[in-house]
Amino acid sequence: MSLSRAWIIARLDLHRLTRSKDYLIPLVILASIFFVIIPWVMLGIVSRAGGSDLIQRIGGVLQSLPQVAQDNVKGSTPQARAAYTFAVYLLAPVAIVVPLTISSAIGAYGLIGDREKGTGEYLAHSPLHTSEIFYGKLIAAFVPGYLTTIAGFGVYALIVNTRVGGLLGGWFFPTPEWWILILWVVPPFIIFSLGVILWASGRVQSAPAAQQASTLVTLPVIVMAYGVTSGLALDPVRGAIGIGAVAWIIALLVLRFTSRGLKRERLLGTGSQN
Amino acid sequence: MGSDWHQLGLDSRDSATDRYSMIEPAIKFDDVSKSFGDTLAVDALTLTIPRGSVTVFLGPNGAGKTTTVRLTTGALVPDTGEITVLGLSSIADGHEVRKICGVVPPKPAFFDQLSGIDNLKYAAEIAKAPRRAIAPAAERFGITDALHRRVDGYSTGMRTRLALARAVLHDPEILLLDEPTAGLDPESSRAVLGLIREMAGKGQTIVMCTHLLHEAEGIADVVVLMGSGQARAVGNPHDLMASYASEKCVAIDAVDRSMLAILANMPGVLTVNGDGPVKVTVEDMGIVPDLVKTLVEKGVDITRVEPHTPTLEYLYFEMQSALGDQL
Repeated sequence: MSLSRAWIIARLDLHRLTRSKDYLIPLVILASIFFVIIPWVMLGIVSRAGGSDLIQRIGGVLQSLPQVAQDNVKGSTPQARAAYTFAVYLLAPVAIVVPLTISSAIGAYGLIGDREKGTGEYLAHSPLHTSEIFYGKLIAAFVPGYLTTIAGFGVYALIVNTRVGGLLGGWFFPTPEWWILILWVVPPFIIFSLGVILWASGRVQSAPAAQQASTLVTLPVIVMAYGVTSGLALDPVRGAIGIGAVAWIIALLVLRFTSRGLKRERLLGTGSQN
Repeated sequence: MGSDWHQLGLDSRDSATDRYSMIEPAIKFDDVSKSFGDTLAVDALTLTIPRGSVTVFLGPNGAGKTTTVRLTTGALVPDTGEITVLGLSSIADGHEVRKICGVVPPKPAFFDQLSGIDNLKYAAEIAKAPRRAIAPAAERFGITDALHRRVDGYSTGMRTRLALARAVLHDPEILLLDEPTAGLDPESSRAVLGLIREMAGKGQTIVMCTHLLHEAEGIADVVVLMGSGQARAVGNPHDLMASYASEKCVAIDAVDRSMLAILANMPGVLTVNGDGPVKVTVEDMGIVPDLVKTLVEKGVDITRVEPHTPTLEYLYFEMQSALGDQL
């Protein structure tokens, strides 16, 4: 298994992707909704709400959190504390939802797409190892999702700072836990999902079945990710590092198992006899 | 199986393959079987393909030709048996085997969003071929002008030409062509057959699956007649025809064809067949001048007398009728 050979497949798939508007347009729309529109609207509401009933209610909710979580919320006024909570904790799961959704959609079609279009036959006869093909597909699905997240993260940071930065004494975002989230926690979640999705994609017979399998994998991971990232308020930095470490261990174990599961003959079309 | 081979005028399957195993084998199938569910696609196939030969697999759809190609490169794993390619196991050494094989599948597929040149560049990287091999390969198959267009705009013929260019980029020792001329225009077909001759001339081994018999004519060193996943007959076309289509025939035509019926009662004539020019089977070709003389004397206005040379197509259909549903 050579990573440089896997990179050929990854580059090939990424090249194809850049030529497919069908993929690119939904990708941009999804990222825009989660990283731009929702934060813009939500933080806009908070920044304009002042001493409204909404802010009082959020303040009440914050006071019901454990003291350790309350201590981590910055801001000297209820409005600033509400803004900080929205920007740092409530919207954190978005950072995982977006790449997972994008990468899963691409990954689900990776192997089955080659089989359906016949390019799988070409790959099956090629001197590439199946693990190289597997990792190539994984990288090709990982990169768009992760790059979108990085770009979205940058835009999100701008929106947060410009919308509510004034309430918190200037630009305050990204916070340390967000850096850890983006650089340490998000990648293993994507890799774990893609490992399972590619493994399943190599076993099903059609693209719709691959999409179903992908949904089955992605939804629980999103729910799990939502849970753990929402809980970051309890212990932001150490929590994020810990979550990331566990996620990496699970992801690498899953990869070790799933990368061996791709059989060359599964790359061939279904009408494999003649 | 043995009786089939006697029927075909060959001593046995083993004698035919043994003859070729004297030459250094390029590909050896040793009792190879492969099934898909309940369907046995390849059934105890034992076959030796000589190095540097052009071997043509003939057979109807479902005969096991494509599966045999896929087994050769290790893309499929046999249920039983062993395949060696230039001494390498297609399973244990599959990676090495695939490096020395070039494959053109029956419906060549490409990364359609990309241009022809991009497809070839990635193929060159995957096959570890130098990029400088791309231009000559494209030139050879007449697709240079289309290289910068997206492949999804290519015609069937152009796709096949691109597949051929892709398959020869790394100058493979063995070229496996599965129905390479299906859907091609005559010019492209000629290019394919030209490639086969050229590669064979350089000592490379070509395996071609087809059911277009006229294509196999003249280029095949070895013909493998496939049926129900087995090699029903193996041999060079001349030997097979001499063995099987050994009957002595002459085609005769006349202005009034009904008068040719009298041939049936002439001495030395075994059979008379056909509605148009009749195919006359005789005991000895030496009696043909006497037959002609007799016909002329009886007032038959003869327009054609031609010794019947069996073609591969003729051989195929004769074998097919002899072997019946085994093909």
